[in-house]
Amino acid sequence: MKLNILGKRYLFFFISLAMIIPGLVIIAIHGLPLSIDFTGGSMLEVQFATEKAPAMNDVLDLYASNGITDTQVQFSNSDEGVVAVIKSSSLTQEQHSAIISSLESDFDPNLVELKFDTVGPSISQSVTQRALLAIAISALAVIIYITFAFRGIQHAFRYGVCAIIAMVHDILIVISLGAIGSQLFGWQMDSLYLTALLTVIGFSTQDKIVVFDRIRENSPIMRRVPFEKIVNHSIVQSLQRSINTQLMTSEFLLLSLALFGGTTLREMCIILLVGLLSGTYSSIFIASPILVVWENKEWKTWFKKAKTTEA
Amino acid sequence: MKNKTLRNILIIVVVILVILIDFPILSNVKEKIFKREVTAELGLDLRGGMQVVLQAPEGYQIDQETLQVAASILENRANALGVSEVVFQVAGDNYIVGEFPGLENIDEVVGVIKQTGMLEFVDVGDDYLEPGTVIQTDYTGSGSTASTDTAATETTAAATPEVAPTAESTDAAATEAAAVPTSDKIYHTVITGADLEDVFVSAPQSPTDGYAVSFTLKSDATQVFADYTTNNIGKALAIVLDHKVVSTPVIRQAITSGEGAISGSGENAYTYDEANNLRITLFYGTLPVSLEIAESRVVGPTLGQDSLNKSLLAAAIGFIIISLFMLIYYRLPGFVAIISITIFGLITYAIYLVIPVTLTLPGIAGFLLSVGSALDANILQFERLKEELRRGRNLQQAVDLGWSRAWPSIRDSNLATLITSAILFWFGSTFGASIVKGFALTLAIGVVISLFTALFVTRTLLSSTIERFKDSDKAKWFGI
Repeated sequence: MKLNILGKRYLFFFISLAMIIPGLVIIAIHGLPLSIDFTGGSMLEVQFATEKAPAMNDVLDLYASNGITDTQVQFSNSDEGVVAVIKSSSLTQEQHSAIISSLESDFDPNLVELKFDTVGPSISQSVTQRALLAIAISALAVIIYITFAFRGIQHAFRYGVCAIIAMVHDILIVISLGAIGSQLFGWQMDSLYLTALLTVIGFSTQDKIVVFDRIRENSPIMRRVPFEKIVNHSIVQSLQRSINTQLMTSEFLLLSLALFGGTTLREMCIILLVGLLSGTYSSIFIASPILVVWENKEWKTWFKKAKTTEA
Repeated sequence: MKNKTLRNILIIVVVILVILIDFPILSNVKEKIFKREVTAELGLDLRGGMQVVLQAPEGYQIDQETLQVAASILENRANALGVSEVVFQVAGDNYIVGEFPGLENIDEVVGVIKQTGMLEFVDVGDDYLEPGTVIQTDYTGSGSTASTDTAATETTAAATPEVAPTAESTDAAATEAAAVPTSDKIYHTVITGADLEDVFVSAPQSPTDGYAVSFTLKSDATQVFADYTTNNIGKALAIVLDHKVVSTPVIRQAITSGEGAISGSGENAYTYDEANNLRITLFYGTLPVSLEIAESRVVGPTLGQDSLNKSLLAAAIGFIIISLFMLIYYRLPGFVAIISITIFGLITYAIYLVIPVTLTLPGIAGFLLSVGSALDANILQFERLKEELRRGRNLQQAVDLGWSRAWPSIRDSNLATLITSAILFWFGSTFGASIVKGFALTLAIGVVISLFTALFVTRTLLSSTIERFKDSDKAKWFGI
């Protein structure tokens, strides 16, 4: 009860911005690190024995001799050997076969072709559009549901809106993480990334509702107490649950998937890990404080610094 | 309490039932009930294989029924060629998703798809045309020809991967892109593939003959074909797929009954495989719409198996850590939670088997997250339970109150997740993103089952076990 979380609310808003802005800056400079799932093109993943792996220029030359000049190559080491991820514009079947047989004859006759994806430009466009539509519709549905579920207390609509603002916060954190990861580890936003993002969205509201539920329960009991105190009290009450559910259970599962699961899932798990953490963080430090900011109409004292809460 | 005994019995019955479904026992009985083998269906990313997304050419409107027909023709054709367990499904308004599990040779897939044949029987008079010759015909009768024409021009320009067929797919396989007529002569189309009623391979009449491909015509076409063959004995009738000549049999006698056979002779006698390929071309050769490959994905079988093993290991490790945490932190309720989560896992897996849900990597992720959600429902209850115990309630009161306080938040938060997963499922299924769809489905099933286990199993087990504990033990057993 002594814990005064709401008193430092602008500090938490600032921390969130500090995490989101670097990612957005990277995106502004380099653009979104979209994979071929969204841009169209081909991606070939080949595993070589460690001592037989080609150098980057070998691969680029090989592609160039097949008429493909926009090639990007990335190597990563695993227990089984060196994995090359080669991204380019769409390969035809002949080009693909020619490249594989050249790689086999020039470098490693026992190479393993792990993956070969080709996505056309029109399909990738419809993925992005529908994903955005799906997110928008679920946000709307969540606002409606929360407004309905909280109809017993004042300003039920605000709870839905705050949950969505905090959800946008979580989305931005995940996008920022993706952008930073793309610079540091060469991550790409592919369909697994999209799945992770959608999951974070799904679970984001779950956390907010648990905290809001305490406010809903406490409001009629603590009628004479200022709203800010009720909210702070509710946050502190649900803190133990938030920590246990998040840190001790979901995060354990994801951490063990990230550490011991296959490489396919690693990136997705790290994003989920941070995204779910952000979901819990924002339910305590973003969604509930914004409720209070709204109740107190604090923007009247901001002198046009309205940007802070949008985070 | 009689009610409690009843609940316990019900839990035991459910557990026995799902164990029977989950584990490979009484397989015969299960096969009879579900009319199929009850085993886990693994997605392409776990078992390896190829996925293609086919798309009608841009700007070309097709209805659902046409797509459905095209999908089933493709599936028949693939199965007839001996590619195993292929599934073609319509996704959204414009796509067909084809899945080829365990397939490594892409050429086979391409052979099946690229034969989006427009099949015609063409009057070529005295010209003997070599297989592979590109000709023009006067047939423009239906939308499907028009679409083939657009496709031919479009695929050359489109940036979509143009996958070339190989010789072994059948001699008829033709890249539409290459379909540039070699002469300006326009031939007359007698009948089209749509006029064929049935096509089958018939065995050699004598040891020197090859196999023959027999066909029967639909009644409308019988007369046309009878008139034509009567007047043109000795002349050639080319079988043309996508404007390319497949074979040019000579008419030996009038076919008036609507039943005929195509056979080679001497050096050109058909082997069974050749005859069968021709049969497939004739029977499945005509798609109501031409399709192009919009997307293709290949996952090597080693990567799939590796991912599966590692994910299972990771899940096991995660579960052990969580169990330890729950035991140490919540003690007796923690133990109940572990049992309840195990039951949750058993029920969920049984439902995957019964529906059946195809397990993919994102699907497994969705399942693990729903485990998290199920645990959350337990933790919410236990935190409330502890609160009530600290306020001095006795065990029974605390369990009941803890439950009733936690329920609204469990209900609302899970319903919100359910809403999101429903929308994701819709998103995934309308455009063939099986990744998102699989994830949303396992998540939704998990959330529903977790509501059930929280509502029913944890609560019942907890109130049954606390009868054996004295209130004075609560510090020791409940970790206050």
